[in-house]
This record gives sequence, structure tokens and C-alpha cells, in this order.
Amino acid sequence: MSNNCSEQNRMLKDISIIDFTLVELTQYLDTHPFDTQAMEYFNHYARIKNQMMQDFACRYYPLTTDTSTDRKEWNWVLSPMPWENVNDPYPLADSTPNGSCNNNSGRGGYR
Amino acid sequence: MWSYEKRLQFPVNIKNPNAKLAQVIISQYGGPDGEMGASMRYLSQRYATPYREVAGVLTDIGTEELAHLEMVATIVHQLTRNLSMEEIKASGFAPYYTDHTVGIWPQAAGGIPFNACEFQSKGDVITDLFEDMAAEQKARTTYDNILRLIDDPDVCEPIRFLRQREIIHFQRFGEALRITQDRLNEKNFYAFNPGFDTVADCGCNNN
Repeated sequence: MSNNCSEQNRMLKDISIIDFTLVELTQYLDTHPFDTQAMEYFNHYARIKNQMMQDFACRYYPLTTDTSTDRKEWNWVLSPMPWENVNDPYPLADSTPNGSCNNNSGRGGYR
Repeated sequence: MWSYEKRLQFPVNIKNPNAKLAQVIISQYGGPDGEMGASMRYLSQRYATPYREVAGVLTDIGTEELAHLEMVATIVHQLTRNLSMEEIKASGFAPYYTDHTVGIWPQAAGGIPFNACEFQSKGDVITDLFEDMAAEQKARTTYDNILRLIDDPDVCEPIRFLRQREIIHFQRFGEALRITQDRLNEKNFYAFNPGFDTVADCGCNNN
């Protein structure tokens, strides 16, 4: 379980890193819209982020409603909010989805 | 239109509650140079600029400020979680606690509530961009002041990240100002007000 949890946090951190690159490139491109090298970087990292968001949604829970995967339950609302401490127990353990670090019900995963 | 990503821009995982720190850091939520003022300032100013690059910078930085607002709220929330009544009494947190328990409410470190008068939206792109550059420096100074008051690395790391973003935003607003000034024609280079009456004839034009 702790392996799953650390893998989830690692993926989340990787998404933050790639997205930060995109935030920086977006703001730079706003004032340099004809910089082709920056645009190449943007397109490269945008593709990576898109794939990571899909992978995270498949494996854990959707970070955006439009990456929500086909499940029986509405994982978007059952997954943890970003300000929750990863080690805090969720009071409604039965409804905690696979994505939360404190549950091992085995639901979800790749489909 | 906006969409939400269910994650923080930079991770915040604070282990030890500290109500004294929370009272200082809440200023970057709803204080005079905080993230609420920053996001509302840039997102409100967008409509007055005639230049798409400038509107883009205001949109994208304004959006990032909303992510910062969430980070600051998370820091305050995690610093005030699981506080004992003894800690609340001893840390000077009792006045905030009386009105808000440990909910998040926009106020300055000194208790002054958030007020839209903390920013301007003047309808003049030059005026607005000068305000924006000053605002980024004021926020950077506030984060420097906060960093001198704290020694918990769990709190320092996200605060340092936020401080660095102020420096980048200052740079981008400087570029937006340069773009704007490059496009003003020689007749209104000093007169400004390009968002309103660039071609207005007030009856006193020399041409």
C-alpha cells in the first residue's frame, strides 16, 4: 500500500514539474509569440502533460473532470482535495476511491 | 471560462501546526499585497488593454495567482489544523478564532479585512501595468518579510516558490509595458490613456 502511495505522490510531483514548465512557457510566449524554439518546447511538454493526466486518471483519480474515466462511481469527488494531508484518514473509508492513499479496496486501476 | 485541476501548483505538506505563523501568512491570502488582490487586479484589468499580448499576460498571470491563493490557503489551513485551545490562547490566535474558528477568511496580518481598494483597475493600460509591476515587488517584499519570520522548512519551501514567481511576473509585466509603449504613436507616447480616448477630439488638439 505504501508503495502505491509513494508512486501516486511521485506521479503527482512529476505532473507539477511538467505543468510548471508549461506555465513558464505560456507566460513567456505571451510576450514572445513568435519564438519558434519556445513553441517547440511548449508543444513537447504539453503532449507529455496530457499523457500524464490521462495516466494519473486511469491509475488513481481524475485531476480534471474531462480526464474522468469510465467507472461506476464519481471518482472526481471521492478523491482527496489538494489541501488534505496525505496521511490523514478519510472519515468515509467505504467511499474512499482507489486513488486515495489510505484505501486498498482494489477498485479502479487501468481499464 | 476556467477549469480546475485538483492539485496544488507546488506541494504543501506541513507537519507541525503553528498559529503564530498562520496569522502572518494569512496576509498573502487577503492582505494589501496578497494573492486575492493580485488575481482580482489582473483579471479585472484585462478589458482595458487594446493589445492581445498584454491581455494574455494578465489572463495567464491572473490565473496563476488563483493557484497561489489556493497554496496560501492550504498553508494557513495546515498550520491551524489540530490546534489545542491552549495553543490558540498562547499564540494570539484567539481574535481570529473567535470570528472564523479555523476557517479561511481573507484578511491582512493585522486583522484588516480584504478590500477591493487594495488594487486598481484604472482603464488605462500604462497606469495598470505600472501598478502591476509595483504589486509584484510589494508581494515579493512581503514574502521576504515572511521568510525572515519562519524557520519551518515545510513552510519555507512553498513560500520561496511563491516569492520567485513574483520576480518572474515582474519581468513579464515589464515586457508587456515595453510592448505597449512600442505601439503607442508619437502623439500619445506621453499622453497615454490608449484604452479610452486615443482618437478623441477634445477641441484642443493642435492637429
